[in-house]
Amino acid sequence: MTATSRVETIVTAPPAPEPSRIRLSYREAMRQALRDALRTDPRVFLMGEDVGRYGGCYAVSKGLLEEFGPERIRDTPLSESAFVGAGIGAALGGMRPIVEIMTVNFSLLALDQIVNSAATMLHMSGGQFAVPLVIRMTTGAGRQLAAQHSHSLEGWYAHIPGIKVLAPATVEDARGMLAPALADPDPVIIFEHASLYALEADVPPSVEPVSIDRAAVRRSGKDVTLIAYGGTVGKALEAATQLATLGVNAEVLDLRVLRPLDSETILTSVRRTRRAVIIDEGWRSGSLSAEVSARIMEGAFYELDAPVGRVCSAEVPMPYARHLEQAALPQVATIVQSVRALIGE
Amino acid sequence: MTATTAARGYLAQMIRIRRFEERCAELYRAEKIRGFLHLYIGEEAVAVGIMSCLSPEDAVVATYREHGHALVRGVSANAIMAEMFGKREGCSGGRGGSMHLFDAATRFFGGNAIVGGGLPLAVGRALADKLQQRPHVTACFFGDGAVAEGEFHESMNLAALWKLPVLFCCENNLYAMGTALARHQSETDIARKAASYRVPAEAIDGMDVEAVANAAQRACEAIRQGEGPRFLELRTYRFRAHSMFDPELYRDKREVAEWMQRCPIATYTATLRGRGAADDAALAAMESAAASEIDAAVAYAEAGTWEPVESLTRWVYSEQTQR
Repeated sequence: MTATSRVETIVTAPPAPEPSRIRLSYREAMRQALRDALRTDPRVFLMGEDVGRYGGCYAVSKGLLEEFGPERIRDTPLSESAFVGAGIGAALGGMRPIVEIMTVNFSLLALDQIVNSAATMLHMSGGQFAVPLVIRMTTGAGRQLAAQHSHSLEGWYAHIPGIKVLAPATVEDARGMLAPALADPDPVIIFEHASLYALEADVPPSVEPVSIDRAAVRRSGKDVTLIAYGGTVGKALEAATQLATLGVNAEVLDLRVLRPLDSETILTSVRRTRRAVIIDEGWRSGSLSAEVSARIMEGAFYELDAPVGRVCSAEVPMPYARHLEQAALPQVATIVQSVRALIGE
Repeated sequence: MTATTAARGYLAQMIRIRRFEERCAELYRAEKIRGFLHLYIGEEAVAVGIMSCLSPEDAVVATYREHGHALVRGVSANAIMAEMFGKREGCSGGRGGSMHLFDAATRFFGGNAIVGGGLPLAVGRALADKLQQRPHVTACFFGDGAVAEGEFHESMNLAALWKLPVLFCCENNLYAMGTALARHQSETDIARKAASYRVPAEAIDGMDVEAVANAAQRACEAIRQGEGPRFLELRTYRFRAHSMFDPELYRDKREVAEWMQRCPIATYTATLRGRGAADDAALAAMESAAASEIDAAVAYAEAGTWEPVESLTRWVYSEQTQR
């Protein structure tokens, strides 16, 4: 079964797990993937702030220090630029580093190394020096962490040629994307939306690598395509459930890979449903949603029955107060409203 | 190798760099070389002295003023010149230019045009060696300007904390582009800054190739013994402008003239003559060898080919995944 034909719901897991499957959280899935990678490849090591003794800011790497020791689970100083750059250097030296950055906001301190070195090295060297580096970081809002811990800057990274950008939105992807990312010869950034760590699902017991090339249809429908990624996939699925009660059959497409974008899967879906709403936790101006919208316009303009709609975050630094934060973010109600406006209700 | 052979080798390498870059300046005026061109003229003793202590398994991370480093490291003059011409036969396939010389065969990791950007890379390269228990040194070159960057401080700390096999080589030519050291640093003693991170550090006369080589030898031995990083501040001077666009408004011509009195090639030539280690014939042979090599490199670059525009997006990814 290909990724594009898989249909699954991530909001509500089935009530009783099948005997061959285990219940796993997104956090545990990520940890299992890390453990698996560390066990199978001696070149793999994890480094970042508080990944060892603290167990990871979001407890993803909890227990790994005890199992693999401080050489392979390396706590770093608060020096994003140096330890991301060291990850690039170690990759050039034959290792397969996984660098964890606490949040996307902090990754800006390492932007020089990511954009000026990791993304350019292969090209500048005429193909001599590939950088097989994986960078993981948390992104997104919803926990009242205000304007320096809550932003969604995935779209910025998706702008950069030379890196690949992944956004696992399901437990299966959280577990399955790491191995192919490590096997990739080029730098891969994995964005983990903070609201997903507690998400649970029933999955097969062993780590199964997934595609890191294609978007996936998470719910089939015929009236409109809801295009989402990371933290907004669950909201899109919930909106689709509500829309179904109103007689609107929405398809939900999870981008999964933000660079390079899987235009083919996007266009195939939109050509069929003839309408699209993009849900993006980034700000609207210059966002990933703008890029997806442009590609739909370029590739399916004459098949559209309505202009492409977008539900994005309000253009404001993320506020602390809960009601303001929620008002700033894409919500199920706004997605439903946007779809209804699109189909002329 | 006898002391005389080694000494002659130092001189020959310095002459080679000098003449190569003089030709580059001519070729720039002839519009064969474009973009930025940063000449190393005056600083040759640093690259020659440091490289003399490295083995082929060691690694080099350099700056955008790296023609000399690449030449001494063993990247072919042909491939360097072709790169500056933007030809496909260049050491970076014409994708890098003067500031981004790369060569996997000699473990030459660029060619970095972000001031300070190479330091974290060198730290990581050394970490890979340490984790794989390889007794190699990563030599990292950077200028006094890099000392103001956060990456300098982060990298010193990390290398010292993890006892990594890095040889930090600060080429202190007294100017961060056009800003004098005293105008950009509250503490102008750079070796002292490194020492504050517990990286053993020495300030060396960077115009004296033997002083540089001896210091590098001591440092590399300590690094190979597993003693962690070492830091050399090489006090040197750039005789030419920062780049071909620089009108040099920020420094006194007398200062330049005074430093030129300490030209590493002229002083070392006099030293070797005094020791009876080099005579007119030996010097003429060095000049002649450099001239032939450079003539051949220019011919090679001229005869080189242009990358077809159809392959513009090559090497963005290891396999083309762009859609």
